[in-house]
Amino acid sequence: MTSALTLDGNEAVARIAYLGSEVIAIYPITPASSMGEWADEWAAQGRANLWGAVPTIIEMQSEGGAAGTLHGALTSGALATSFTASQGLLLMIPNLYKIAGELTPMVLHVAARAIATHALSIFGDHSDVMAARATGCALLASNSPQEAQDFAAIAQAATLAGRIPLIHFFDGFRTSHEVAKIDALDADTVGTMLDAARIAEHRARALSPEHPVLRGTSQNPDVFFQSRERANPFYDDFPQVVQDAMDRFGALTGRTYRLFDYVGAADAERVIVLMGSGAETVHETVEHLVARGEKVGVVKVRLYRPFAAAALLAALPASASAVAVLDRCKEPGADGEPLYKDVVTALAQAAADGVRAMPRVIGGRYGLASKEFTPGMVKAVFDELAAAAPKRQFTVGIHDDVTRLSLSWDADFRTDAAKRLQHAVFWGLGSDGTVSANKNSIKILGESTELKAQGYFVYDSKKSGAVTVSHLRFGPVPIRSSYLVEPGMAGFVACHQPMFLDRYALLEHAAPGGVFLLNTAAAPDVAWGTLPPKLQAEVIAKQLQLWVIDAYAVAAEAGMGRRINTIMQTCFFAISGVLPKDAAIAAIKEAVDKTYGRKSRRLVELNYKAIDMTLAQLHRVAPPAFAGNEGSAPVEQPLSSDERVGTIPDFVRDITLPIYHGHGDTLPVSRMPVDGTYPLGTAKYEKRNIALEIPVWDENLCTQCGKCVLVCPHTAVRSRLFDAALAAAAPSTFKHVPVRAKDYVAGTHISYQVAPEDCTGCGDCVEACPIHDKSNVSRRAINMAPIEPLREQERANFEFFLGLPEFDRGAIKHTTIPSAMLLDPLFEFSGACAGCGETPYIRLATQLFGDRMLIANATGCSSIYGGNLPSTPYTVNAAGRGPAWSNSLFEDNAEFGLGMRLAADQLMDQARHLVRELASDIGGDLAAALVEADQRSEADIVAQRVRVAALCEKLAASKHPRAAELASLAEWLIRRSVWIIGGDGWAYDIGFGGLDHVLALSYDVNILVLDTEVYSNTGGQTSKATPIGAVAKFSAGGKAMAKKDLAKLASGYDHAYVATVAYGAKDVHTLRVFHEAESYPGPSLIVAYSPCIAHGYDMLYNLRQQDLAVKSGHWPLFRFDPRVGEGGGNPFRLDSAAPSQPIQTFMESETRFAMLARSHPEAAERFLAQAQADAERRYKAYKDMAQGRPDEPTSGA
Amino acid sequence: MIDLSTDYLGLRLKNPLVPSASPLTRDLDSALRLEDAGAAAVVMYSLFEEELRAEDAMLDRFVLNPEIGCGEADGFLPRDGEMSGGLERYLAQLDRLKQRLEIPVVASLNGVTPSGWIELGRELERGGADALELNVYHVAADAGVSGAAVEARYLELLTELRRVVSLPIVMKLSPYFSSLPDFVQRVEQAGAQGVALFNRFYQPDIDLDCLRMVDALRLSRPDEALLRIRWIAILHGRTRLTLAATGGVHSESEALKLLLAGADVVHLASSLLQHGPDRLTEILAFMQNWMEEKEYESIAQLKGSMSQKHLPDPGLVARASYLRVLDSFSPRSGVWS
Repeated sequence: MTSALTLDGNEAVARIAYLGSEVIAIYPITPASSMGEWADEWAAQGRANLWGAVPTIIEMQSEGGAAGTLHGALTSGALATSFTASQGLLLMIPNLYKIAGELTPMVLHVAARAIATHALSIFGDHSDVMAARATGCALLASNSPQEAQDFAAIAQAATLAGRIPLIHFFDGFRTSHEVAKIDALDADTVGTMLDAARIAEHRARALSPEHPVLRGTSQNPDVFFQSRERANPFYDDFPQVVQDAMDRFGALTGRTYRLFDYVGAADAERVIVLMGSGAETVHETVEHLVARGEKVGVVKVRLYRPFAAAALLAALPASASAVAVLDRCKEPGADGEPLYKDVVTALAQAAADGVRAMPRVIGGRYGLASKEFTPGMVKAVFDELAAAAPKRQFTVGIHDDVTRLSLSWDADFRTDAAKRLQHAVFWGLGSDGTVSANKNSIKILGESTELKAQGYFVYDSKKSGAVTVSHLRFGPVPIRSSYLVEPGMAGFVACHQPMFLDRYALLEHAAPGGVFLLNTAAAPDVAWGTLPPKLQAEVIAKQLQLWVIDAYAVAAEAGMGRRINTIMQTCFFAISGVLPKDAAIAAIKEAVDKTYGRKSRRLVELNYKAIDMTLAQLHRVAPPAFAGNEGSAPVEQPLSSDERVGTIPDFVRDITLPIYHGHGDTLPVSRMPVDGTYPLGTAKYEKRNIALEIPVWDENLCTQCGKCVLVCPHTAVRSRLFDAALAAAAPSTFKHVPVRAKDYVAGTHISYQVAPEDCTGCGDCVEACPIHDKSNVSRRAINMAPIEPLREQERANFEFFLGLPEFDRGAIKHTTIPSAMLLDPLFEFSGACAGCGETPYIRLATQLFGDRMLIANATGCSSIYGGNLPSTPYTVNAAGRGPAWSNSLFEDNAEFGLGMRLAADQLMDQARHLVRELASDIGGDLAAALVEADQRSEADIVAQRVRVAALCEKLAASKHPRAAELASLAEWLIRRSVWIIGGDGWAYDIGFGGLDHVLALSYDVNILVLDTEVYSNTGGQTSKATPIGAVAKFSAGGKAMAKKDLAKLASGYDHAYVATVAYGAKDVHTLRVFHEAESYPGPSLIVAYSPCIAHGYDMLYNLRQQDLAVKSGHWPLFRFDPRVGEGGGNPFRLDSAAPSQPIQTFMESETRFAMLARSHPEAAERFLAQAQADAERRYKAYKDMAQGRPDEPTSGA
Repeated sequence: MIDLSTDYLGLRLKNPLVPSASPLTRDLDSALRLEDAGAAAVVMYSLFEEELRAEDAMLDRFVLNPEIGCGEADGFLPRDGEMSGGLERYLAQLDRLKQRLEIPVVASLNGVTPSGWIELGRELERGGADALELNVYHVAADAGVSGAAVEARYLELLTELRRVVSLPIVMKLSPYFSSLPDFVQRVEQAGAQGVALFNRFYQPDIDLDCLRMVDALRLSRPDEALLRIRWIAILHGRTRLTLAATGGVHSESEALKLLLAGADVVHLASSLLQHGPDRLTEILAFMQNWMEEKEYESIAQLKGSMSQKHLPDPGLVARASYLRVLDSFSPRSGVWS
């Protein structure tokens, strides 16, 4: 029996995997994470698998750990699975060889994703599964959410029957995240697919002391080879085993699959062979072309390993004389990608055997990292096959002007199928609920009509103010379009944010005669005038119906605050006509009931109210007959950031800004750096303008404490000193006052200036301000004010501010907050969330040490806001110096940073050696100074820079044969500050082994752990830093174990500098720790408390929560400085007072803890009591250590 | 044997001591201890409208609609399908209390607007509550809203609740009504069975270190009973409503005075929070002793015997002879006032 469900590919797969598993070992990785999240949530709810038990869900420290656990569970008789992608799959490879070598039935579900090479990408292609093709695991590809569900069941049936472990993969994002209506399998069907006898056989093979065996021997040259060949029959048989499972599935469900499915003309001459979601687009295009008499077809590869050549040959029409094999991966240096070569081999062997004639076979790459693959591109491939001399190797989807491999395609080509569907495109902000509303709409359409529906959601790479574009399709026939809605196709386009009007080509997707829905505060009679002329012209040219609603006003009136999702969804149904209006409204209300139902009756009522109010507030606007008429006065176009920022480097103009403006797809290959190397200082060109309110400095109230600068997560509040005379040229509204500190010469002024277009409006600066207006306590020395009319004025002021020369760093104290904040930051305007608790630490490090920093950054939030194109927040000072940054992987960051240190040390040694050798050329004093410079202080480093400059001058004049060699090494004579930065997922879990190793060595590295207590970047999964009682993904029932005390563990090394910090609790302590850590000539570890939106409270309260974390004993502050120990003192210093607040006060103020009281109240109470006891014990243990009794037993860590 | 029984909202109670809404009923064990200590009924902790709103906002923003607009994550917390709302949890606790306690359980609603949450009344009735207490916590700070409008709001809420339940309703009032007897009369007309006098507004305080307003929760003091004594004495015999005295009862003396003034029941919270449920047993015992000493046979005999109606000079209660009180007050030596 089947029923329809509307869900995404990951959920479709997870349902089946959960039913058929007893042990599920998980680890988060995009885009596979949500499969593990579903499994964990279902287990927390007590949902049973096929055998009536709740599977054990276990999160491991890495995918390598998950694979090991999987191997152990499988070899001990359990049915076990995991979900992964990309680097995660790579980490599993060693175990996959073992699991396959031992002929162990298993299914591993992979949301296939690109592997990091010149850059990381979270998007989909087949690089990862292709890297696993030699493991001995079978590879089975599904092409859509429906198939992903079906193949999850087929895969498990087949692996049990054939004993070959199986990697079931589907395209990351395109399939894993596409929401579609599918025929859902019920538990009975899945149960019928899994043969009980085969499960019993699996159990019988399990390791058991009742009938013990030995598995996992080591073998010598005499027998290893033979053993390896012994399993051949299983591989020979496996294709048939899979086909049998497909056939059984077909009999049960009516959905039939073959190892290679052919679609197209029976007498096709030109055929494309490929696997994955792209095959559905080819399918759709083939049907279109065949209907026009073209002899074309497509072979969809289902089972890629073991490669069943006979089945391929059977599927490929004998008439095919030209075959294009498309691979969604790249094997640099090979003479073809893997699938291409397999197909060529199969055909060549068949031709050699005289089975069939050898067709022309060409191979192409497409769709790397989710690059669009459209019918126009498919058509281009078929056209190429028809060419007299087609390219043997080609690419499609890009413009390759370097090696000229790419095919050009007709961007206007549309299929019949596409024309039969209805398309809708919605522009929204990440935070405005557009995506959830659209998911809801698809569910409504899917569940209350016979229509097929599909939704796919595109996000930009920012975490604050991110733009989302939702692509929806629906229609009476199956939807095979695995590509975005194409230009000119959308009968409905909605813009949920009026500020997009002049930023994006909103109506590019609109079909003639379609609807354009705009959320705007402008009244219906003036709304037309707010459209930029270009949009007005498009509305008229395409004869679009323009509808407007002031959704924020409706939301406010209905008591919904700023949540407009239900309102915009109601508009969609009211105007689009996809459903009769009344039925649609009833369905929306039903959906509201489902979402909020028993959770909150009040929210149900508010949503109902909003729905009803929406209909009355939705207005159609008739455009004037001609654009430019009355009512369409051209709106003043804000300058593009390109025009604003005076001189733009070529790179930024040619690459950064086009990507930022959404034109990255059009950039040709030649524009790309050859090795993934990018310039710094590019974030400043974006000018994202996402704040509704910005801080305004009150120079008269201000005591110049610098806290607002310290806490600003986006470096949008700056302070600078300058000679008052320089202010003569300032804009009239530029604020500056004499600096209060006595350390500077008279006439020195200070300014606190806001970057209005880079601020995110989080308000943390205001919260940090310790000053209250004596007659009005709610007024501070910095206050939020609406951005208009301040934007232009403050933009000019900020520009002037930036033009002021940097104040002499040597004249500024680096050890107090007010003065340290005068140091120029070399990290600015990142894409981090508003109110981010991590970025102030990074910015602080760049203020203090930026001009000599080498940064190794673990994958995670900090690598995404640090290095996700189009721009980077890392920047350079006036001398062009700044942090040099790189991200290697997630798991190896400590080692990566250590490598940087080793290189710096080795090359410095080499340079010193040469300096000594060339001492007579250089001059003895200079040579000695160069070699002996201590460089622990900035003054010393400045002096050394001067000496290095002098050295270079001398070398230029030197005739010494090694002068040039020394000149090339001279810069290494300046001490480098190596920083190893990453989150708790890296430091506590996946990278802990490496971190531990680096700490155990003596090298001078500074390790900064930005501890958000969850895997923030992948969406809040539990790490070993997650505190007891916190709800996080993978801990839906609350984390049962205490947080690992990483700092305490590290301090056990005695020779490492270790400290915990929380800038919102004790900022000067944080500053001191950064100085001490950097100056310590061995390994230093700073564990930094970093509030995160994942904690579930408004980030406005970031600082308050840090303070509470410290005051409640959740986050004690301490320093362990071996230098103090060497001097005979106690190296351990406790820097926070005894807990003065109950831990409950801290916990109940954050949703991550508070929600457990709602879902699992008894556990919540137990965990709370444990957390309180832990906090008290931990504090006591620390106190004892600080008092010189470090050996007393401690716990709670 | 003295008959301590009394009538409360049409329920026959074994004695007049009823713990009022407090955290003690959040926990089944402490509720059982109250019963063991002799409580005649309990009022459950209040279901606060603001608490529900705050929880809704939290739920909506971080769990149900957590959109962060990031390709890697559409939210940070699990979408826990089993998460129960504040109303549900209240119902579950009511169910637990009803299952285990033999004494009546009064549910308590605390809110200011009739925005959906009051629908809960029906479910509380179904859930087995013996009566409902409606606590309107409203600080009338809006200069544009008249006293009449404030009173209308109270009555609107009561009417709304009356519409959904047939259970007895007791309305907990503040002392700040221009004409309390008139308002109580209208409360009676709107369908209530009782009034509880008076609720104690939590007063915000100022933190001198941070210069911030902070919530201050202070326990009541015995002298707060005086205000209750006066108004219960005035109302006794003039309304058919049950009169419940609440606020300032720390010992048998306040309890007895309130009963003498005309209270049908006496609520306790602060003294129980301070000293634990056993305090109720002590108060009850002391009350009995006093009644034995004074040869009272029953609470019925004592109740209202000193109300305004029964006093030789009713004006004493109304004016409370404040001149005499003021005159009699003289500062301690050495203290300038």
